Amino acid sequence: MCGIAGAMHFDGAAADRALLSRVISTLKHRGPDDCGVYLDGNVGLAHARLSIIDISGGRQPMQSADGTLSVTFNGEIFNYIELREQLVRKGHQFRTRSDTEVILHLYQEKGEDCVNDFNGQWSFAIWDRVRRKLFLSRDRLGVRPLFFTTADHTFVFASEVKALLAFPGVQREFDLAGLDQIFTFWFTVPPRTIFKNISELAPGHSLTVQDGKIKTKRHWQLEYAPAQDLDYDSAGEQRLADSLLELLTDATRIRLRADVPVGAYLSGGLDSSIITALVRQFTDIPLRTFSVIFDDPEFDESAFQRQVSAFLRVERQEVRCTYDDIGDIFPQVVWQTEKPILRTAPSPLFMLSRLVRENGFKVVLTGEGADEMLGGYDIFKEAKIRRFWGARLDSRRRPLLLKKLYPYLPNLQIQSPEYLKAFFRVRQEDLSSPFFSHLPRWELTAKLKHFFSADVKRELRSQNAYAELQACLPQSYSQWHTFCQAQYLETMFLLPGYILSSQGDRMAMAHSIEGRFPFLDHRVVQLAASIPPRLKMKALNEKYILKRCAKRLVPDCVTERPKQPYRAPEGKSFFRGARGLDYVEAALSPEHIRRTGLFDSAAVCALVNKFREGRAIGIKDNMALTGIVSTQLIADQFVDRLGVAH
Amino acid sequence: MRQFIINNFLFGVDDNQFRDEDSFLEKGLIDSTGVLELVAFLEEKYRIKVEDHELIPENLDSIAQIVAYVNRKISWKVTEEKFAATGVSRNQLSPLSR
Repeated sequence: MCGIAGAMHFDGAAADRALLSRVISTLKHRGPDDCGVYLDGNVGLAHARLSIIDISGGRQPMQSADGTLSVTFNGEIFNYIELREQLVRKGHQFRTRSDTEVILHLYQEKGEDCVNDFNGQWSFAIWDRVRRKLFLSRDRLGVRPLFFTTADHTFVFASEVKALLAFPGVQREFDLAGLDQIFTFWFTVPPRTIFKNISELAPGHSLTVQDGKIKTKRHWQLEYAPAQDLDYDSAGEQRLADSLLELLTDATRIRLRADVPVGAYLSGGLDSSIITALVRQFTDIPLRTFSVIFDDPEFDESAFQRQVSAFLRVERQEVRCTYDDIGDIFPQVVWQTEKPILRTAPSPLFMLSRLVRENGFKVVLTGEGADEMLGGYDIFKEAKIRRFWGARLDSRRRPLLLKKLYPYLPNLQIQSPEYLKAFFRVRQEDLSSPFFSHLPRWELTAKLKHFFSADVKRELRSQNAYAELQACLPQSYSQWHTFCQAQYLETMFLLPGYILSSQGDRMAMAHSIEGRFPFLDHRVVQLAASIPPRLKMKALNEKYILKRCAKRLVPDCVTERPKQPYRAPEGKSFFRGARGLDYVEAALSPEHIRRTGLFDSAAVCALVNKFREGRAIGIKDNMALTGIVSTQLIADQFVDRLGVAH
Repeated sequence: MRQFIINNFLFGVDDNQFRDEDSFLEKGLIDSTGVLELVAFLEEKYRIKVEDHELIPENLDSIAQIVAYVNRKISWKVTEEKFAATGVSRNQLSPLSR
């Protein structure tokens, strides 16, 4: 795993080695082991390396033997051994054992379609000097990041925005529509980012720059079968579970390919426990696992972690995360996320990757992706109950099922049935919305925009975040089962836009750690997409088919425990008693709020007072505070042309 | 009451000229925690006890509804205190708040 960057000057100017060296140095956390710059006339590629495969031979940017192709590559092609064998049979000669060289040879063989053969997580750029073409690609699910823009007659790209901002002429300005999306969905809809004129290459897309033109093309699409929910008998279910386990096992096997030791994250939940169990099957040396524990029992899962590690006989190391820790590291966390966040959940993962690094590891496997692919999230359950109720809106009994939602949220649990009906309301018109599953959540989040300044509200008056998202949905979306529609929104938007980026890549790479995700192997993803929704969530039993896979692999306590979503303490992390941490007081001071121009200073002041007085206890207040603090930090760290007033 | 709603749920910014009849739920002002905050405020400010069965939008979803509800509660409390002095038990009085 590494950091990449590059430039192509449209006006024929020569690429600048010193500049590219400066740019790539901003990504040193992604690749501390080596760095390199390649120049060819008006094109330059740069690379910061985290050495994992072929430590001595995998230096980058790498050139093909004939010198016509050069690549800078971030990520892993896990099936590189099989691809290499196929290429050797076709007469290709290799100089290294690296997966990077496989990319070059497969591009020689298949051109831009080479990406269809990759099983992996990648973002890369290939300079094809014969065709005078720059070819960029990002993996199917957006595990690895890739941003680009044009400035001063130059196309520039990089793994992170901070590297783009090191190029001269790149604008540093908020994109208010991007901010509007974050404060609605938690993510921006690619190519939009929160920075004006800075684009994100969407997951599953490639991009070419040739003859001064920039073109993007989709190379992969997640597809579900048209709406159907077939019944399986028990033997049929078992066959499906066996197929899933077989693929998951192979996905894990090829993700252990590395010339450095590989560890695993262990949360104590089902997903990471299964991955740990599968890794355990492939290794003779004691497997090292890493966990976060919390002082606050509301969030702590250490009892389950201990049971799983004892059952699987793996070593477990833990890092204790306190409210104070979360507050203290938050500015560093935001520097890595490069976008506002509404929850502090990335912070403990920042601490976890630091623990991994301190123990000399560079690679961890995790259970990320299982909830999206196999129906684990509460939002799927919520949508199922609301849809069931919506089919008979006059029913008195159906909405009583709402009581089964979010058992870990005490404020919700004590509500009367009348209020639960109001909070999870189903309007007749919602039933045909493509976003039915997510409307309550997004409408709640969008309330945070109340804190936007009058100028920002005015600017955003004509903005329609839903329309922009809807334009990205595939044509076949309307024919899918509603459960699959909800899965698609989670998988193609929240997963890359928040889970894999703000909680995943960025928190891991902050300490030069590579995450690998067997559940995101595209073969697993495609098989999961073909599994009937009824077997993903049987009645209200989430990840039913995965639990069948897990029998005998993990202790019963894990498959039988209620689903506990990963959460972390929020607003109170920013305060010590009634006083905010120094950076919080500075970021939320009326002068600073007015200077950035994004939020209403009186409203922010009222919110802060609510926290000072200990009266802020709700999700909305906590999201608002975290969102405002992180946005103000982004303004400080990344933007010098602040707010609409500027 | 209005000031509490504007300060606590609108953080002092009343862009849309919030009216007494406007539904908190329709306007998205209140979530599950908001209901609890509201109840705590009513109990402290008006020295009433909001019973579990009274935790319904019909009582608490607008300023007008809250005012009517609190008035019922207070007059009920006064009546109860008055009759307590005469030895009539609470159960013998009609449940005005329902």
